[in-house]
Amino acid sequence: MSEHLLEVRDLSVDFHTAQGTVHAVRNVSFHLDPGETLAILGESGSGKSVSASAIMDLIDIPPGEITSGEVHFDGLNLLQASHEERRLINGNRIAMIFQDPLSHLNPVYSVGWQIEEMMTAHGMAREQARARTLELLQRVGIPEVETKIDAYPHQFSGGQRQRIMIAIALALKPDILIADEPTTALDVTVQAQILALLEELQKETGMGLLLITHDLGVVAEVADRVVVMNAGEIVETGTASQIYANAAHPYTKKLIAAVPGTGEMAQPLEATKPLLEVNGLAKHYGDFVAVEGASFTVLPGETVAIVGESGSGKSTLAKTLLRLEEATSGEALYMGRDLVTISPRELFDLRREVQMIFQDPTQSLNPRMSVYDIIAEAFVIHPEILPKAKRRERVAELLSHVGLEPGLMQRYPHQFSGGQRQRIAIARALALEPKLIICDEAVSALDVSIQAQVIELLAGLQAEFGLSYMFIAHDLPLVRDFAHRVVVMQAGRIVEQGPVAQIFDAPQQDYTRKLIAASLSPDPEIQAERRQARAQIEGVA
Amino acid sequence: MSEAEIIPDTPHPVRTTFGMLWRDKFAFCAAIFLCFIIFCAIFGPWLLEDVATKQNLRGRNAPPFDFSRPWYFWLGGDALGRPLLARIMVAAQNTMMVAAGAVVCSLAIGTTLGLIAGYTSKLGSQVIMRLADVIMSFPSLLLAVIVLYVLPPSVFNLVIVLAITRIPIYLRTSRAEVLEVRERMFVQAAQVMGASSNRIIFRHILPVVLPTLVTIATLDFALVVLVESSLSFLGIGIQPPEITWGLMVSQGRAYLTTAWWLSFWPGLAIILTTLSLNLLANWMRTALDPVQRWRLESRKTSDE
Amino acid sequence: MRSFLGKRAIASAISLIGLVVLVFFMTRLTGDPTDLFLPENATQEARDNFRRLNGLDKPIIVQFFNYVGDLLRFDFGDSVRRNEPAIDSVMRGFFWTLQLAAVTMLLVTVAAITIGSLAAFHVGGVFDRIATFFSLMGASAPDFWIAIVAIVVFSVGLGWLPTSGTGTVWHWIMPVAVLFIRPFGLILQVVRGAMITALNSAYVKTARAKGVKNRPIIFVHALRNAMLPIITVIGDQTTAILNGAVIVETIFGFPGVGKLMIDSVLQRDFNVILAAVMVTAFAIFLMNVLIDVLYAVLDPRIRY
Repeated sequence: MSEHLLEVRDLSVDFHTAQGTVHAVRNVSFHLDPGETLAILGESGSGKSVSASAIMDLIDIPPGEITSGEVHFDGLNLLQASHEERRLINGNRIAMIFQDPLSHLNPVYSVGWQIEEMMTAHGMAREQARARTLELLQRVGIPEVETKIDAYPHQFSGGQRQRIMIAIALALKPDILIADEPTTALDVTVQAQILALLEELQKETGMGLLLITHDLGVVAEVADRVVVMNAGEIVETGTASQIYANAAHPYTKKLIAAVPGTGEMAQPLEATKPLLEVNGLAKHYGDFVAVEGASFTVLPGETVAIVGESGSGKSTLAKTLLRLEEATSGEALYMGRDLVTISPRELFDLRREVQMIFQDPTQSLNPRMSVYDIIAEAFVIHPEILPKAKRRERVAELLSHVGLEPGLMQRYPHQFSGGQRQRIAIARALALEPKLIICDEAVSALDVSIQAQVIELLAGLQAEFGLSYMFIAHDLPLVRDFAHRVVVMQAGRIVEQGPVAQIFDAPQQDYTRKLIAASLSPDPEIQAERRQARAQIEGVA
Repeated sequence: MSEAEIIPDTPHPVRTTFGMLWRDKFAFCAAIFLCFIIFCAIFGPWLLEDVATKQNLRGRNAPPFDFSRPWYFWLGGDALGRPLLARIMVAAQNTMMVAAGAVVCSLAIGTTLGLIAGYTSKLGSQVIMRLADVIMSFPSLLLAVIVLYVLPPSVFNLVIVLAITRIPIYLRTSRAEVLEVRERMFVQAAQVMGASSNRIIFRHILPVVLPTLVTIATLDFALVVLVESSLSFLGIGIQPPEITWGLMVSQGRAYLTTAWWLSFWPGLAIILTTLSLNLLANWMRTALDPVQRWRLESRKTSDE
Repeated sequence: MRSFLGKRAIASAISLIGLVVLVFFMTRLTGDPTDLFLPENATQEARDNFRRLNGLDKPIIVQFFNYVGDLLRFDFGDSVRRNEPAIDSVMRGFFWTLQLAAVTMLLVTVAAITIGSLAAFHVGGVFDRIATFFSLMGASAPDFWIAIVAIVVFSVGLGWLPTSGTGTVWHWIMPVAVLFIRPFGLILQVVRGAMITALNSAYVKTARAKGVKNRPIIFVHALRNAMLPIITVIGDQTTAILNGAVIVETIFGFPGVGKLMIDSVLQRDFNVILAAVMVTAFAIFLMNVLIDVLYAVLDPRIRY
C-alpha cells in the first residue's frame, strides 16, 4: 500500500470539552522512513502529541474522536485495525517514550519487572526476558545492573529513569520509536546525554525515530526532517537546516525569531551602592546542605541571573531571602537591613519592597479569586499604599502596564492562557511597588514565543521603574539575552559569577563550560560545532 | 487555541450548575425529591399536624392504594388509624432537623479544628489529633446509648451526640487538605505579600478546601439519617409521641406479617432520602473534579 | 519499622487510656446498678451488701483506681449479670462478631474490587452505571429495615431461612447478607474512584503503549496503585463492624459483642462494657498495624 515505514494521511482529531469542540488535529499528513528522525515541532496545544497518541491508540474516546484519516504501517491501516491487532503492534513494532518518566513508570513495580513485561506481554518467557533486561539496562548506561534491576523507579535520578524508559521501548527492537518530549524536564547536560543515546541506538537498530518537541534546539541536534505544527495544522515541512535557514511560513519565522540566545549581551552597570548584599548565606536541612556560603550583590536596576541545574539550590536561595524558609547562617542586607534576622514587624514593611514571581502561574494564582481580587489583595494587606476608592483604577492601570485589557479584571485565572496568567502574576508583584523582584523560573513553563513576550515586558518594566531582578533560571540562552550579571550554582555552592559577557564568552570553570556546551542552539550548524566542543570536554574529563 | 486568544466568558455560575445538574438525570431527580422533603420538613407539621395525629379506630391498619379516601390515606393507615402519608411528611421534620443539626455542627467544629491543626504548631496539632483518635475509637452507637441513657433523648441531645461522633471525619479531611494546600504556590505568593495567617487560612485555604468538605457533608447527611433511624428503631432515639421515620419502622414491626405497609413506607422514605443525598454527592464529586467535569458539561459541536 | 510500631503503640495507648477513663466515668453516670438488680422491696441491708460486694460503696475516684489496679493484673472484674469474669463474656461475644466481620468483609472485598475495577475501566458505560447505582443504593440502605423486610420475605413468607441463632450455615446467610450491603456500596465507590484515577495515570498509558492486555492493565498495573485508599476504607468498615454490628445482632439474635455492649449499658454491667471496649479497641489497633504493614508491602515508596 505505502512505500513508507509509517504514513499518516489526513488525520483529524476532535476533543469535546466544556468550551465546545476543539479541533486538536486537522488534516495532518506525514511519513517516516527507516533510520530516519522526523521531528514534529510545535508549541503547547499545537496537536503534536495528539497525532502521536493516535498512532499508538492512546486517545481516550470520548472525549476524543478521530474524525478522519488513515495511519498506514506495514500494510495495515491502524485506525481500522482491531484492538488486538493494535496491541500486538504496540511495543513490539512501534514503541513510545514520554516526557516525565517518573509518572510514566509504574511506581509500585521494580524497573526490571517493567522491562520484562514488555517482552512477556509479547510472548517471551520470563527467564529469557530477565537476561535480556540485564543486557538492556547495561546498554542504556545504568550502573550496577545486577542490583538496580530490582530497584523501584523512585530510587533513580530523572535522567536514569528516561534511560529505563528507553530500555523498555527498545526491548523488542521496534521498527519505530516515538519520543514525546523525551528531554523536556531534564537538565541540559542530561538532555544532551539522552539525545546522544537515542541517536546511537537508532544507528544500531535502524529504527525510525518520531520525535515530538517544542524545542528548536533539540530539532537542530537530532532531526533529519521537521514537521512544524500550529493550532492542529501542519504549517511547514522540510529538512532541519532548510527550516532554520529559509523558513517560509510566518509562524515558523516567528518561532525561530523568538528563540533566545542570539541577541546583544548587556553591558555591566556602573558600580553603585548595592540594593541587596548577600554574605555567606547557608541553608541546611538536617545533614543536607541545600545552600552554602552564597555571597553576591544586586545593584539597583540590575538583573542578576542565578543559573544552575536541578538540585543546585537556586530556588532554596530565593525562598530563604523571602523568609519562606529560615536561613541556617549568613546575612542578606537589603538597603542595610538584614532580611534573615529582622523582626516580623519590620519584615512586613519590607515585603512591599521585595516581591516574587513564581514558575507556574497556574499554581501561583488562587483559582477561586478574580483577577481584581488577586491584584487588589496587595492593597488589602498593605492598606497604606492606596485608599479604597482608588483601587479599581489602580488595578486597571497595572493590568494595562502588563499588556492586559483592564476590562478583564472580573474574570478568573482559568479563563486566561499561560502567558496571560504570568502577566497577572507580574501585575500582582508590581502592585506593591517593589524595588526588587525575584523571578523563580518565571518563564520556564511558557512556550518560546510567549517567553520572549514576557521577557520583553520584564525588560520594559525595568527600564520604566528602575526595578532590580534576581532571575533564577536553568535556561542559559534566555539568561544570556536578559541578565547583566550571572551567578552559576552547583550543588548548593556558587562556582562562578561575573558579567554576562564574561560568563558566556570566557567561562573560567569547567562546570560553566559544560553547561554552555550542553545548551542547544536552534541553528543546526552551530549545534554541530557545540557537539564537537562537548566531545572535547568529555575527552578531557 | 492560540495563546493570545481569551477563552470566552463563562455563563453565570447558577446557570452552569443547573445545566450540569440537568445533564445527570439521577442527580436532578434527587435534587427535586430533596426539595420536596425539605418542604415537608419545614411546613409538614404546620399543615398536617392535626391530620397526622388524629386517631381513627375504624381506619386501623387501613391498606394502601385505597383512592376513595382522602389523599393522605393513600399509603394506608397505622395501628391507630392515623394516615401514614401525613405522618411520614410530619416526621420529616424531626429526622431532617437532627441530621441537619448534626451535620452542620460537626462540619463547623471539625473544619475549624482541622484548620487549626493543619496551620499551627506541632503541639496543638498533636493534641487535637489525639482527641480525634479517642472519639474515633469510641464505638459511636455505644456513646449514643450511654449519653441518651443519661440525658433525655431530645432532638437537641441527639444532635450533640451525633455531631460529636462525626467531628473526626471533617477534622481529618480538612487537616489533610490544609497540609496539602498550604504548600501550594498561591499560598506562598500571599505569604510573600505579607498576608497574615488568618487571611491565608480564610481567604486562600478555606475556599479551596470547602467543596471537598461539602461533598463529604452531603454523604454524611445520608449517614446521619441512617444512624438516627437506627437509634429510633432500637428505642433509644426520639421517644413517642414525637415521630421520626426510624420510630415508625420500629412501631410497624409488630404488624409486619399482617400490615407490611406500616414499616415499609417510612423505610422507603429513608431509602429515597439517603439515596438522593448519595446521588447528589456523587454528582458533586464529578462536578467539582476538573478531570471528570467534562462528563457533565454540554457538548457543543458548533464551531466557535 | 520498629520505631514506627513503637510510636503507633504509644499513640494508641494514649487514646485507649482516654477511652477507658471516658467510658468508666460516663457509665457511672447512668446510675447505680443496685436498683436494677435487686427487687424494689429489697432491704437497705441487702442493698449495702450488694454495693460492698461490687465495690460500689467507695468514692468513684477510689473505684477508678481499684479498677486500674486490677487491670494491671489483667483482671477485668466480674460481670454482675452473668456471674462470671467479664472478659469471658466479652471474648465469647467478640469471637462471634469477629467471625461475622471476617466472612462479611471477605465477601465484600472480593465483590467490590472486582466489580469496581471493571466499572472504572469503562467509565460511563452501561456496566458502570448499573454498578454505580447499586453501590449508591447499598450505601443508602437502612440495614434495620432491610433486615426486617428480609425476615418477612425469607423466613415468614417463604420459610427458607431461620430467623435467629447461629447453628447452621443457613443461620448465617441473612446476617451476612444484611451486613454486606452498606460496606459493599461504600467500598465499591472508593474502588471505582481510585481505579478511575489509576487508569487515567501516565503509567497506564505506558502499559498501553507497551501492548499489555487489558486484564493485566486493570488488575496488575492499576489495581495495586489503587489499593491504598481501598485498604483504608476496608479497614474503616471492618472497624465499624467490630465496634458492634448492633442492629444485625439484635434483629437476628446473634450473640455478638455489639449486642452485649448495648445490653450491658442498659443493665449497668460496667465491667463488661469496659472489657468489651478494650478488647475491640485492641483488635482494631492490631488491624490498623496490619494495614500499615500492607501499605508498605504494596507500595515500595512507603517505608517506616
